[in-house]
Amino acid sequence: MKILVPVKRVVDYNVKVRVKSDKSGVDVANVKMSMNPFDEIAIEEAVRLKEVGVATEVIAVSCGVLQCQETLRTAMAIGADRGILVETNVELQPLAVAKLLKAIIDKEQPQLVIAGKQAIDDDANQTGQMLAALADMPQATFASKIVIADGRAQVTREVDGGLETISVALPAVITTDLRLNEPRYVTLPNIMKAKKKPLENLKPEDLGVDVTPRLKTLQVTEPPGRKAGIKVPDAAALVAKLKTEAKVI
Amino acid sequence: MPALVLAEHDGQTIRPATLNTVTAAAKAGGEVHVLVVGHNAADAAKQAAKIGGVSKVLLADAVQFADGLAEPVAAQVLAIANGYSHLFASATAYGKNIMPRVAAKLDAAQISDISSVESADTFTRPIYAGNAIATVQSSDPIKVVTARPTNFELAPSDGGSATVETIAAVAASDTSRFVSRDVVKLDRPELQGAKIVISGGRGIGSAENFKLLEPLADKLNAAIGASRAAVDAGYAPNDWQVGQTGKVVAPQLYIAVGISGAIQHLAGMKDSKVIVAINKDAEAPIFQIADYGLVGDLFEIVPQLVKELG
Repeated sequence: MKILVPVKRVVDYNVKVRVKSDKSGVDVANVKMSMNPFDEIAIEEAVRLKEVGVATEVIAVSCGVLQCQETLRTAMAIGADRGILVETNVELQPLAVAKLLKAIIDKEQPQLVIAGKQAIDDDANQTGQMLAALADMPQATFASKIVIADGRAQVTREVDGGLETISVALPAVITTDLRLNEPRYVTLPNIMKAKKKPLENLKPEDLGVDVTPRLKTLQVTEPPGRKAGIKVPDAAALVAKLKTEAKVI
Repeated sequence: MPALVLAEHDGQTIRPATLNTVTAAAKAGGEVHVLVVGHNAADAAKQAAKIGGVSKVLLADAVQFADGLAEPVAAQVLAIANGYSHLFASATAYGKNIMPRVAAKLDAAQISDISSVESADTFTRPIYAGNAIATVQSSDPIKVVTARPTNFELAPSDGGSATVETIAAVAASDTSRFVSRDVVKLDRPELQGAKIVISGGRGIGSAENFKLLEPLADKLNAAIGASRAAVDAGYAPNDWQVGQTGKVVAPQLYIAVGISGAIQHLAGMKDSKVIVAINKDAEAPIFQIADYGLVGDLFEIVPQLVKELG
């Protein structure tokens, strides 16, 4: 079984981004970039499925600028067998990425796609579900456990109020939630090995996909700020403030 | 053309988040219809008909909708999508799961998790864990939108008198099957929608210690939440998680206990009206956004608070 894992290059989760003064976006120049954390969980899961003999090959795909190659190398250091970069300098929105991935699915025919549930830059939470729709596959989003058997995936999902388990026929799209696994640390030997793994470079035109952005960003602004309030000395003072000043209890 | 809201319900009652989303839809489209997709969901449809501002309720009732699986529910929304200017759902686990499927089939760019409606085609939404707010404009003929419940007022749950129309259900498919559900029924308010939320962080120290928050939550009729650090450490279940990758809450009062205030946690609670932070580290970033800070040992302070509240 082939598993396809899309990986996105995003601003590292420890970086506090700044809005540009002309309100055109956030400033990502000279900012540390990393693999989207949910995608790291997705790669880890795919590699574990290979390690237990369920999967035969793990393919990492990234869409975006040339530097996404670094993200693909990280995926291969975790254990992906090869990488595909769909290179473009156009700002990619989830629908465009889903269309690119659909074209890759047509080429590679994977039995399973494991994607992160959301990217921590645009926080859209769309691509996996859109891909499932475009490829006419069932979906299992927000997964915290995956069991593959008899041509189906049994997936435990994080839902409001608890957990839900569903069974989807393969091929299917699964998106990862936080507790699915803890990604391994990449070791230096594996980083060296990853450099030798095959990395294919495609363009959206090669796949016949129009990636023109559909949503127009009119402006990006700072959120309304919150100021630090006061320190209170003890529990009694806090209760008094909440009752008489804030009037919330 | 009217706007359509996909209702979230349990067959009998409509979830409060749907009322917030009706408010968002009314701002974008004017006339609002509500779609109830379920099995034996006539009571939920009747309740939806009473929501203020809703002019029509559509009920698709069939066994294949019993468990709210994304594939049949999305197909049902698509079956009637062409009569609408906007398709709305709440940005909850339910809406997030279903709506991108609908959008992709319509070749529309979904606008996720909106925080305001600027006009029929322009919306604001938080990006980068709420550290920036993007104003985006859609030119798609049918706009597919999920709304962040905490940013919109609840539509009145009573006073409306919409008609309920039963519509034909789309065919079932076997590609996705429901297996089981493990939902913890709490005697507390739901995290999203609670007036008071008490959240614990890594400082709580263990799953056992999380019980410390219960008497305080009981006193205040509060929901209990947790930071991602506490969830990662196994102290609290994931559906308690408040933050960028969990739930977004905006209660009247948010009490952060043993939470340092990572960016991704603040993204889930900084719109709360009043924020209280209890932490032993006076330098913790949570104090920079807290209205009232109390520096000290949470294991002493929390029981004292319970006592003070009588």
